[in-house]
Formats: sequence, C-alpha cells, structure tokens
Amino acid sequence: MAEKMTGAEMVIQALADQGVEHIFGYPGGAALPIYDAMFQQDQVQHILVRHEQGATHMAEGYARSTGKPGVVLVTSGPGATNAVTGLTDALMDSIPLVCITAQVPTTLIGTDGFQECDTVGITRSCTKHNYLVKNVNDLPRVLHEAFHIATTGRPGPVVIDIPKDIQFAVGEYYKPEIETLRHASYRPQVDGDLKAIEAAVDLMLKAERPIFYTGGGVINAGPEASENLRELAELTGFPVTSTLMGLGAFPASDPQWMGMLGMHGTYEANMAMHDCDVMINIGARFDDRITGRIDAFSPNSRKIHVDIDPSSINKIIRVDVPIVGDCNRVLEEMIRIWRSRTNQPRTEAIAPWWKQIEKWRAVGSLNFKNSDTVIKPQWAIQRLYEATKQQSKEVYITTEVGQHQMWAAQHFHFDKPNHWMTSGGLGTMGYGLPAAVGVQVAHPDALVIDIAGEASVQMTMQEMSTAVQYRLPIKIFILNNERMGMVRQWQDLLHGSRYAHSYSESLPDFVKLAEAYGGRGIRCESPAELDAAIAEMLDYDGPVLFDVIVEKDENCLPMIPSGKPHNEIILPDTANLGSIIDEKGRALV
Amino acid sequence: MNAHLQPTGSAYFLTQETQQTERHTLSVLVDNEPGILARVVGLFSARGYNIESLTVSETEHGRRLSRITVVVIATPKTLVQIKLQLERLVPVHRVHDLTAEGNYVERELALIKVKGTGDHRAETLRLAEAFRAHIIDATVESFVFEVTGKPDKIDSFIALMSPLGLVEVVRTGLAAIGRGAEGM
Ligand SMILES: Cc1ncc(C[n+]2csc(CCOP(=O)(O)OP(=O)(O)O)c2C)c(N)n1
Ligand SMILES: [Mg+2]
Repeated sequence: MAEKMTGAEMVIQALADQGVEHIFGYPGGAALPIYDAMFQQDQVQHILVRHEQGATHMAEGYARSTGKPGVVLVTSGPGATNAVTGLTDALMDSIPLVCITAQVPTTLIGTDGFQECDTVGITRSCTKHNYLVKNVNDLPRVLHEAFHIATTGRPGPVVIDIPKDIQFAVGEYYKPEIETLRHASYRPQVDGDLKAIEAAVDLMLKAERPIFYTGGGVINAGPEASENLRELAELTGFPVTSTLMGLGAFPASDPQWMGMLGMHGTYEANMAMHDCDVMINIGARFDDRITGRIDAFSPNSRKIHVDIDPSSINKIIRVDVPIVGDCNRVLEEMIRIWRSRTNQPRTEAIAPWWKQIEKWRAVGSLNFKNSDTVIKPQWAIQRLYEATKQQSKEVYITTEVGQHQMWAAQHFHFDKPNHWMTSGGLGTMGYGLPAAVGVQVAHPDALVIDIAGEASVQMTMQEMSTAVQYRLPIKIFILNNERMGMVRQWQDLLHGSRYAHSYSESLPDFVKLAEAYGGRGIRCESPAELDAAIAEMLDYDGPVLFDVIVEKDENCLPMIPSGKPHNEIILPDTANLGSIIDEKGRALV
Repeated sequence: MNAHLQPTGSAYFLTQETQQTERHTLSVLVDNEPGILARVVGLFSARGYNIESLTVSETEHGRRLSRITVVVIATPKTLVQIKLQLERLVPVHRVHDLTAEGNYVERELALIKVKGTGDHRAETLRLAEAFRAHIIDATVESFVFEVTGKPDKIDSFIALMSPLGLVEVVRTGLAAIGRGAEGM
C-alpha cells in the first residue's frame, strides 16, 4: 500500500515501521526537513546529543544492550565526519547501526557546497554498506534495506546519505514487506553445514583437552545463543573462555568458566588455549589480541570455527572444521547431534585436563597486592562489583579504553549477555560515557555504570549534559591514576620508562565539573571510605561523576607481550617490565 | 616465575610469508550502481591486495549488472580472502576465480602508436601482419594498430615495436570468460 509523502516524512515513517523508539542525533541545515517531520509526530523519540560521535556510541550502547539496531541522525559535512569514529567502532565490533546523514541538495553535490562532504566516499570503508539516495522513490526501499542489512548476517553500521532536496521531494512510501527484504545479492548464510557440524561434534567426542573459545558472535546471535552455549558446555563438561566482546555469554559464576583470554586474559585461559587438543571457536575471529604470535598459537590443537562471516574463517588461523552459520543455529545443532551420540559429558576422559587447569588457576593470575593507604584500581572494581550485586536493578557496565577497561573485564563478573558494552576492535577512548547514555535510554530503570579512565572520559565528557537533560542517572566511575595508564605501561615495557606525553596534567576538578553540568560529583581517595562513597553514588538518583583516586603506577597484568606466545604470559609478580620485550617486539602494537 | 622469558627474536605480525604468490583472474558479477567500482577498488587498497589489471563495464543492461574482471597477484591464502571479502560487499552477486576453476579464455585489446619512415615503416607493417594487428589510423609517418589477444601476445608486440618507433600504448585490461555452455 503506497502512500504519498515527502522524503523527510518517509524517514520518520520508516523508523516507526521498523519499530524504532529512540534515535540519537544532532540537527543542522541539511537535516532540517527531517527534524521538522520529527517535530510533528511522537512515535520516535529523539535524544539530542552534544557531539555526533556521542550519538554513534549511544546508538552502539543502545544496540548492544537491547539486540535492536541503534539509529543515528546527523547533518551533512561536519555532522557526518564527526560520526565516522563511531561507525568504524560499530563495524569493528559488529554492532547494528543505521546512521542517516543529511547531504547538500543534489544540485550542489560536487561543487564544494557549504557543509558538503563526500559522505559515502568517507564512510565506504567504515560501514557494512552505504547509500546516497538521489531519487525520492528509492528512499523507502533503501530505508528498509538498511535495517535488514544492519541487523542480519554479521551485523554492522549502514549509512543512508539523503540530500536536502530529496527530503523535500514527494514520492510513494511503502511499508517493509518480505519482498523488500529479498535482496538479489545479499544473502547471509545462517544454517551451518550439517556434515561440518557432525564432524565438529565427532572431534569434540574424542577430545581430551578441549576448550570453548567464544566471542561477540554468541552475543550477536541473541540470548538463546547464550542459553545454548550454557547447555552445550554442561552437556560436554568442557571449559569455556571468551574474548572481551563475548563476556556474559557464559556465566562468570559457573565453575567451567576460565575467565577472559588474550593479551590481558587469565593464565588458565591462555595456557589452556595453548595446550588444548580441540579448540571450539564460536563467534570469535582470532583477533591479534587473542592469538599473540601466530606461528606459536595453540600448536597442537584441531580447530573448529563457527562464524557467520565466511571471510573470518582461515583469515588468520587455519582451522580444521570451518562452519559458516549463525552461532545460535549451529549451537542448537551441536547440542542435538551430541545428544544423539551420547548422554554423558566427557567427565572422566577430561579429568586430567581439568586437573591441569586447576593448577593453572591456582597461580592466581589476577591477584594483586592490595593496600590500606591507596586505592588499588582492581580493588575499586571488586568493591563496585560487590556493591552492585546487592542491587535489585539490572546492572549494565560500559567502559572507556585503557587499563581500567581490562581491569573491568577481569574483576567485574557477568552472568548475562548484553550487559557489558566496551570498544573492543577499535579501542575507542570516549566510547563508554555516551554508550552508558544509550544503554540508560533503552533501560531507564537499570543501573548503568561507565568504568572510565580520567583521560578517556574527557574525550566525550560533554555527553554528561545529555544525561542531565534527559534525566539519565548514569554513573561514571573514573579510575583516576593521572596517567594514560595503558600508554605508561607500554612505555615501561618498550621505551625505557620515558613517559612521552602519557600523563594527565591540569586535570579538571571532576566534582566541580559534575556540578557544573548539573550532576553530582564525588571524590574518594582513601580505601577506608570507598564502600561508603560507592553507596552514595548508587543512591543518588541522577548522573554522577565519581572520581576515584587510585594508585598511579599499577600495571595491568597478566599480559602477553607483543611477539610472545601464550605460554610466555607475564604474571603479576614480575617486577621489571622493561627487560621483557626484544627489538622486533617493540615494532608491534 | 617468568625466568623463562627470553626474547625470541620474532613477533606476530612479522611471521614470514611462506607461500608463493600466483597470478589469478577473477570474474565478479555486480549490480551496476554508483560507487560499485570504488567499493571494489577501495577494498583492494584497504586490505593491501595488488591489482594487476581491472576491466569493468555493464554487461546486461536490462538487469543493470556489470562484470568486473580483475587480475591479482597473491598467495593462495590471500586469494581465498580476496574472493570472500569481495563476496561480503552487498552489491556483489558472485565471484569466480577463473584461474582456480581452470577452464576459461581471456583476451585484451591494445591500441599502439608507432612512428617511423623508410625501412622501419616496412618492418613495422610486416610484424603487424604477423600479429594480426589492424591499422586503424595511418599518416605518412605513423600508424595506430589495434591488437587483440592474450596479454603476453600484446607484450611481445609492444616489445618488438619498441625499437621501431613506439610512441604510446593504451590497453583495455583483461576480459575473461569461462569456456563451455554454462554462464556465471
Ligand atoms: C581515541 C583514542 N586515542 C588514543 C588511544 C590510545 N590509548 C589507548 S589507552 C590510552 C590511555 C587511556 O588513559 P585512561 O583513559 O586514563 O585509562 P587508563 O589506562 O589510565 O586506565 C590511550 C591514549 C585510544 N585507544 N583511543
Ligand atoms: Mg588513567
């Protein structure tokens, strides 16, 4: 059923028809018709941000915590270029976003018009797909297709660039229908090849030192995928580790949980990855933070890899059983086939393996020396975790990027998927605060905390103002070490402790800053007062900037340094970081 | 505990590439929409793949489909990645590695301008005939030849013309198609 309307009205109508309730945006000349159409309806609520990068991270937090696509609306030129970081972030972490960018009128395209930029050119390599709409009658198809592409297969960001004259033009709108979703060339494969899944289960049935290595793909495949992962783990009795992006898919409170793996993963997870005989990768992509030195990566294992993106398979690590498909569907099949073969977990056969794992666990690789005079950052996160466990609310954690992010991954524990939002692939400082805003918009009654560093949080600090405007009671838990701690750690490791520009001089007074924004500021310096201060933060019904003054020179350990295999992980009792990495390793990042 | 941590002198991105590179011809069927060529070329440059030759034109006007023939030099592992990465692009319908599939024909067309008088001119014409090059422009001191064939035939013709007064060359890049009755 076609209906006549303007391009701008189509945008709003399509959002409503796609079930979009919130969009994050910022107006400007080229976007005004769409803003005007928005003004005249109340189906879609607009959240006014303070910087377009903030809008993209909010949309990411919104998407990751709900499983629904996040939607962004920005103006042409600087609006679009400001969105690029978040688009790239979403591409790297496979987050479904639809970003509508306004463009100068078609007659001005190519003339270096005011606030013109080549948005589709700039975003081509940082989106899953993008469109420049030059005919209003293409707009309904493009809008619906954008949602389809963003949310299916391997999710990702999609940009729709809409010139101002197309927003004014009148055309025929139609609702999303099955036909519009049947794309001629875009057909992601969701069902895994049955033979390959059987081969995988046969390998698992013979495994003596198995490990599940799971990633963000399990989260993207929906909550049922996490349920199925739990079930398969229980059926098999195998240990489970996960990437940074996959935390929460398997409960951290389960005895089969080994902690995160990778550069700052636990000793047991990394050693088990190195020594296993069957590796079952579900929705992870052998990222370099995980593999360490490739030619020494898990040298004696047979590898199964489940991924919805065929290009992820054999890209970095050669695997023995590739399975292209949606993690949830493949997990379901694995469970069914496992059940048809046996009704026993491999408890006895893998008992020696578990014994070995227990020995590695006993090393206590996340241990740290606590102090009664200065707050240790790891301890601050542990106290925060304990305090939030007492809350009746759902708890969502976002982070910035740096040491605090890794400590959060290590010491805050997740039992559910979609409760942990972090910038993994791109490592974007400034992600966490806006992401927390986005999560809070989606879950108004939840407790949403951004575990932050004092350097990162200043990159998108202005979104505090958004939080205040929309009464979003996010808590920003700053582990303030007055350092770009992660950079400082690498300088210790690689550059003779020459701290080139890695400390935070002239920091703002975060308490006053919070007050200036209309929020609450809290500062805590003493371990004895930390619990009370955390309680004060949690009790306050509004946005809080909580400045936790922590130990300045703590290192984030364990760590697999660049150029090293998993079994050469640096453990917490290593005093001298400076002598570990050789000349070639220094060239790495 | 970390006494075993001796520098190993190697590092993960510095692992040696052990595979030999090969030259492959890929045929890519795409929607003929604005920006599609930029998408394909952008993918090659962003991921560091080398393009040897690239030919693109709309082939089925009714269905708005274009065929891209691209010649790449890469290791077998990278060749698989190139195919899979191309297939990730939304407007890409199909990608065939014609070289891997083994049964195809390929042709290239070149326009070659040669300047000369006297003996050189006679020799130029004799060689052109041997290569079945057509004269498509002539003046008293120059020719423009059209040569069609496999790229190495064109290479040889250019090499022969070079001492005889070669002025300039324009090549179309490779067009390739599978043999037999089956289409892509
Ligand atoms: C936008 C951006 N710029 C630079 C970096 C490089 N970088 C990674 S961690 C880091 C320091 C972060 O400092 P802080 O937020 O205080 O966290 P800490 O490591 O001290 O916990 C920097 C500069 C980055 N990841 N993102
Ligand atoms: Mg810091």
